[in-house]
Amino acid sequence: MSDMDEMDDGSGIVKKFMFLNRKAPHGTVYALEGLEVVLITAAFDQDVSMVFTDDGVYQLLKGIDTKGIEVKDFSKTYRALEGYDIEKLYVDQKSMDARGLTEEDLIVDVTVLSVDEMANLMAEQDVVISF
Amino acid sequence: MQFGILINEGPYTHQASDSAFLFARTAIEKGHTVPRVFFYHDGVNNSNRLATPPQDDRNISARWSKLAAEHGVDLVVCVAAAQRRGITDDVLAPGFRISGLGQLVEMGIQYDRLVTFGD
Amino acid sequence: MLHIVNKSATERGALESCLAMATKGSAVLLIEDAVYAVTNGSAAAAKIQAAAADLKIYALGPDLAARGMAGRVLDGVNVVDYGGFVDLVAEHNSCQSWL
Repeated sequence: MSDMDEMDDGSGIVKKFMFLNRKAPHGTVYALEGLEVVLITAAFDQDVSMVFTDDGVYQLLKGIDTKGIEVKDFSKTYRALEGYDIEKLYVDQKSMDARGLTEEDLIVDVTVLSVDEMANLMAEQDVVISF
Repeated sequence: MQFGILINEGPYTHQASDSAFLFARTAIEKGHTVPRVFFYHDGVNNSNRLATPPQDDRNISARWSKLAAEHGVDLVVCVAAAQRRGITDDVLAPGFRISGLGQLVEMGIQYDRLVTFGD
Repeated sequence: MLHIVNKSATERGALESCLAMATKGSAVLLIEDAVYAVTNGSAAAAKIQAAAADLKIYALGPDLAARGMAGRVLDGVNVVDYGGFVDLVAEHNSCQSWL
């Protein structure tokens, strides 16, 4: 972490960053490489929210086992986010319902938002990066 | 106004890099600045100078290089994504450089807008 | 906020997700394969026209033309060129691409 702590850009500006995850893990690289950006952003002391909608909610499932497909299991990393002061994790209620999922199925504690709440959260962001 | 641009897909397979290029060129023509373009995911492949498209097609990496030379656009290729895909300093087209993801975050902090092009 | 959608509405759910979460008064710009949605007879036409009551809907002209769709744009949709795309990004406080 010591290297990353020095990555503050020195401007003193704090913006609202939202990382919007709409894709399932493993079928494409976006979930993994998106997570890498979030971890780096943590070092810049910005106001970070991580949002999971549509198939993005599948990233947070408990019980992921990637041994059989021989790729890295990064799902545990979501649990480590708290250690990076990334504490605002939101999931979309409608996306959960449409996939038969509840909070009990997820590997981390999240805040579940309605579509309207999610829309408002999105609208107040300075920077939205979607993967 | 300062625009940062993020490109998440490689050349030719997806339209992302073409759309981003036309956006960047137009923004500059209109008097805005594009201080940096960041290449992530398969977008790192846009930096490969070894690509040799047919004569009657656009040369995507070459036109990014030209835009960088003429307008001082910083073309940054993500190091982690580049290493995964075999993009090293040896294959970089002029104007591209390899650096960390922090350069992307800085764009979000420092510029007026960040526009993403991907799949 | 400016929402940018680039995927065909008959292939992906990006447009539908975007329209559900775009707040009243915000702008939606369709580029690349997303432009098919704003043409007469498309599967998404009714959704686009309903959304146009609360949102400003734009489509990128060069992408429509490249797909043979320049003459088939739905009423109420604003066609812009790349200059218009740049203006839309500049005019809105933030933008988001629904990848």
